[in-house]
Amino acid sequence: MQTKRAMILVSNDPESVRLGANELIKYLTEALFAYDLQNEVEISTLSNIGTSNILPLVVVYPEATVYGPVKVEDARFLVEEHLYKGRIATDLVAPPKQLSGNIGWLRAHKGYNPAEQRIVLERAGRIDPENIEEFIAENGYQALGKALSEMTPEQVIEIIEKSGLQGRGGAGFPTGRKWKFVRMAKGEKKYIICNADESEPGTFKDRIVLEGDPHTILEAMTIAGYALGADEGYIYIRGEYGLAYRRLQHAIEQAEEYGFLGKNIFNTNFNFHIHLHAGAGAYVCGEETALIESIEGKRGEPRARPPYPVTHGLWNKPTLVNNVETLANIPAILRNGAEWYRSFGTPSSPGTKVYTIMGNVNFSGVIEVPMGITLREVINIYAKGMKPGSLLRLAQTGGSSGSIIPASLQDTPMDFESFRKAGVSLGSGALLICDQNTCIVDLVKVLMQFFRFESCGKCTPCRVGTQRAYEIVERISKGQGKLDDLDVLISLGQEMERAANCGLGQTAAVPIRDMLKHFKTEVEAHIRLGSCPAGVCEMLPEVELA
Amino acid sequence: MIAPIVERDVSAIVQAAIEKHGAKRDALIPILSEINHALGYIPAEAFQEVSKQLQAREELVYVSKSQLFGLASFYDMLSTKPRGRHVIKFCENAPCHVVGGKAVWDSLCETLDLQNGETTPDKKWTLVTTSCLGLCSVGPIVLIDDDLYGNINPDQIDEILERYE
Repeated sequence: MQTKRAMILVSNDPESVRLGANELIKYLTEALFAYDLQNEVEISTLSNIGTSNILPLVVVYPEATVYGPVKVEDARFLVEEHLYKGRIATDLVAPPKQLSGNIGWLRAHKGYNPAEQRIVLERAGRIDPENIEEFIAENGYQALGKALSEMTPEQVIEIIEKSGLQGRGGAGFPTGRKWKFVRMAKGEKKYIICNADESEPGTFKDRIVLEGDPHTILEAMTIAGYALGADEGYIYIRGEYGLAYRRLQHAIEQAEEYGFLGKNIFNTNFNFHIHLHAGAGAYVCGEETALIESIEGKRGEPRARPPYPVTHGLWNKPTLVNNVETLANIPAILRNGAEWYRSFGTPSSPGTKVYTIMGNVNFSGVIEVPMGITLREVINIYAKGMKPGSLLRLAQTGGSSGSIIPASLQDTPMDFESFRKAGVSLGSGALLICDQNTCIVDLVKVLMQFFRFESCGKCTPCRVGTQRAYEIVERISKGQGKLDDLDVLISLGQEMERAANCGLGQTAAVPIRDMLKHFKTEVEAHIRLGSCPAGVCEMLPEVELA
Repeated sequence: MIAPIVERDVSAIVQAAIEKHGAKRDALIPILSEINHALGYIPAEAFQEVSKQLQAREELVYVSKSQLFGLASFYDMLSTKPRGRHVIKFCENAPCHVVGGKAVWDSLCETLDLQNGETTPDKKWTLVTTSCLGLCSVGPIVLIDDDLYGNINPDQIDEILERYE
């Protein structure tokens, strides 16, 4: 595909359309042809990100300039000034005050193309991860120094709590509250665990942090150790991440040498040691109690909860388990303050989120943007649109147990609260974008295959439920399903959600639920007509005996 | 290339693994991973040996061989059965699937005449599916030993396999 040098996004929400967005797109296209720019500039759409008196909005990338309101008669001028002559058409720039919270960031950062807001990934890819001095030069270990010399443990927890940081592993539990629980838990010995067992299909954000900026995690864990009164920490890293393991190992040695880790950190009487523990390939070990079992040298089978790890964790001691991305936010929050952190994202979900984009889009990879942007924006701006010939059919957000949403829900803001309201899960931030050649039944079959393989087998609802669910979906995919199967799938999913021991079993049926909620016609076509509308499933109807 | 086990001293390998990771409960998985790496799989006598050696040490860690077998059979990266000289791992999860993974898998099975989990009669190849390896942006992916191949299409399979002795 030819790479375009710029992109014009026009808001096309109902309000913008009423104010002439569709005509504007037509005029902008004509103007591009007039200046012979049609092969260099792409036009796409964007959801509403401003107040109604500046609609329709036009955002031009890579500069991320926001214009609005743009009338049809301005189209030619805008193209001439910005795209032909290469200067910003200042007269048309939208007043920043009129832009909703979701867009303030668009101008915040111009170092990347397109604009991102990087907190977690601030250093990844920019510094040499094997050189501690480059990390120090980029404010590294500053937050730890500040915490140890200027703050009490309570003040550290307070600032984390005020920042509104929520766990980025998938559940979104308030981090400050978790820290408080461990702090308050009785016992002399406590542990800090970094959950780096990133194995949610479609998720590789933590790998980027671990490989690109390993010291951040060490710094954050040491801060947590100080705040919670722990002197020992574990990084549980998945066995497949060899490079990340070697970099962390090297980073730990360096940090100990420089006095940021080990005994008498920063010449105080605070000691903290970090052990690196590699897993051996088990998805379920991302569940915090299974992870703890695995560190203890057992099969990674989740424990019954309560009691929770905050009081009874590793070796039955109070334990904090935080995801890599959650921890990577900590030093920046301590350096810049809670207010600063709250200036990103939405009031109920402050901060940024790292997403991994993949599927039938032009760009797949990792991005970090404020909470609250929509899927449409991710696809159009960061993923550089759908692949040629592809139309958005569905997206799965949050990995294997994440929600499957139809194209019609792509304007839901991606933050914990809005997603919860819409019955969608944000999960780990994996965004799998699928086009019209994806069959929902086939996709769900692959997901169920994953769960039946990864179920640890400890509890019956999950062990048997995932197997039965797979069998039924597989039958449907071959054209041998019955309409009754759909009812069985629904009740099976409900039972698993209610009765399974851990998150794996409780959420394994989410894709099935969403399949029947949003794509029932397509599923029924497999059953009633024995045909796959997307042309993916191989139909093997049962031979009827005469 | 991995030498046949008879020529190697399982006991020495076990001892080295314990020395490296320590005789502690939280070292059990690293110890087994180390043995698996050295031998290509964990034979029955290795479980016996780990159990015996751990007990004999002053740290007094008691782990039965059945517990160790339980560990090895639980974790995907540990194998209790001998494998081929080269292990091909294919990611079968959704992100690779929607960008053409199925065709790559079919081509692998056909070329090697293997099903999931099988080893060729000449002990050259073992073919297994695996869960997501976190390299989704270059899917479909195939991992052969430690070499990663991304953005694979079925036509490349023959050429890639030829690179291995």
